[in-house]
Amino acid sequence: MAALLEVADLSAYYGPTKVLHGISFSLDEGGITTILGANGAGKTTTLRALCGMVRSVGQVTLGGEAITGLATESVAKRGVAHVPEGRGTFTRLSTEENLRLGAISRRDRDGVEADLERMYGYFPRLRERRQQQAGTLSGGEQQMLAIARALMLRPRLMLLDEPSFGLAPLIVQEMFRILRRINEEEKVSMLLVEQNAALALDLADTAYLLETGRVAMSGPAKEIVADEQVRRSYLGY
Amino acid sequence: MELFLNQVFSGLATGSIYAAVALAVVMIFLAIDHFNFAQGEMAMFSTFVCWALLDAGTPYWLAFILTIAFAFAFGVVIERVLFRPLHSAPVLSHIIAFLGLFFILNNGAGWIWDFTIKPMPSPFPEGSISGLISYHQIGMIGVVLVMLALLFVFFRFTSVGLAMRAAAQNPESARLCGISVGWMIALGWGMASAIGAVGGMLIAPVVFLEPNMMLGILLYGFAAAIVGGITNPAGAVAGGFMVGVLENLVGTYIPFVGSELKLTVALVLIVAVLMVKPSGLFGRTTVTRV
Ligand SMILES: Nc1ncnc2c1ncn2[C@@H]1O[C@H](COP(=O)(O)OP(=O)(O)O)[C@@H](O)[C@H]1O
Ligand SMILES: [Mg+2]
Repeated sequence: MAALLEVADLSAYYGPTKVLHGISFSLDEGGITTILGANGAGKTTTLRALCGMVRSVGQVTLGGEAITGLATESVAKRGVAHVPEGRGTFTRLSTEENLRLGAISRRDRDGVEADLERMYGYFPRLRERRQQQAGTLSGGEQQMLAIARALMLRPRLMLLDEPSFGLAPLIVQEMFRILRRINEEEKVSMLLVEQNAALALDLADTAYLLETGRVAMSGPAKEIVADEQVRRSYLGY
Repeated sequence: MELFLNQVFSGLATGSIYAAVALAVVMIFLAIDHFNFAQGEMAMFSTFVCWALLDAGTPYWLAFILTIAFAFAFGVVIERVLFRPLHSAPVLSHIIAFLGLFFILNNGAGWIWDFTIKPMPSPFPEGSISGLISYHQIGMIGVVLVMLALLFVFFRFTSVGLAMRAAAQNPESARLCGISVGWMIALGWGMASAIGAVGGMLIAPVVFLEPNMMLGILLYGFAAAIVGGITNPAGAVAGGFMVGVLENLVGTYIPFVGSELKLTVALVLIVAVLMVKPSGLFGRTTVTRV
């Protein structure tokens, strides 16, 4: 498989503080890669660096094109949809307006209408709440909305920042089932950041382990999940 | 009864002035999430441009349209040149910049066109309907309502309008959706400036044209916008008419208020509304769950 995303020697800074120290990884077209790591390891920063949301140096290549240093909106227009930490809901807009915003850079009106229906198919709760102010949705519903909003871009690559955070286990399972389906049916590649390592390793094909801004371990998810140290530190058994 | 009707109608007429300014205030608030204290001066400056065009013999409606185009570009340029570099600076820097802009425009207009008052023509016929309300005032109300309708269509039914609301509410998420937030802000400035210019051109025939014409009016515009709900254009227009009528009735029927304390009444009204309904009479309350 060809690599869709290639990241080489990526460092990122908050002001003078360096929090990513030259990480490298790649993601296959159609694949799901997960980045695991403890709180503060730099997972969110990695996703933000890919989207030009923090100051960073290094090489980021998307489908052969260098996207290092591009403005956030330009990265989005190249088909990278980021489901941010905290969900990024437009709280004062309606659910449907939130969804339409995901597709705002698209020009195929009919396609957008069809995708709106498709999203309501994936997430029937969102259809029920389509005219409701998005800020009034529950945490789980807002996470569904964030994922659906990202999908409305028709992305080649989806970046997911701890989609399970703060949600009830049943809702998390449901969400991961939908993510798998989207990956299989629509061939959307995914870069998934999680603290819930068991879930992430089950969904992903490749995994990277981040420790204080460095890649500590990497390999096929099946091998990582079998690793003794990973089991003890991240899976808790 | 006749006195009452008279006061109501003339209140509606002044109210339409406040409504026009309030609309510009709401517009800038929707774009940048705070006030522009130099908004009145920007409107005044554009009105002078219209006056200069008329003075040079341009037909009224052509001058009107050219002024709107000028004001739009003026707003965009001010944002790009003055406020974009400040974009991550603290709020205090913004306030200083607003004040600087305020004095530059005020003195600039005085320097270019001097401080003597100038009569500004009205595009509407002279006269009135049985002495209650003049054709200019009716025209003004009509223009305000048309602007309101256009804004409503823009924000509700166009994707640029949606993108603009999104950019103001949550810039980071908007960028992730592919929206160029910087240009949305500039567009908001342009639109607010154009709306303000329309207000200025309609107000000037009533209050006369001079560099300080907008001082009191902007305060009433803020009052109207806040009373109506700062993020709601229709509420702001309704707020404008309410402030206008209320100010007249209070000035007429409550003896000690008279005409000197009318401005105080507007300020008291703001505080009262904010205490009872913090999001304004017609504003949507935001409920947020996390
Ligand atoms: N806005 C910020 N300003 C300064 N430091 C930050 C900021 N955000 C995160 N950091 C620091 O960067 C490091 C990585 O954070 P983050 O990428 O959010 O970790 P993770 O998502 O893995 O929990 C942490 O040490 C954190 O304290
Ligand atoms: Mg994080």
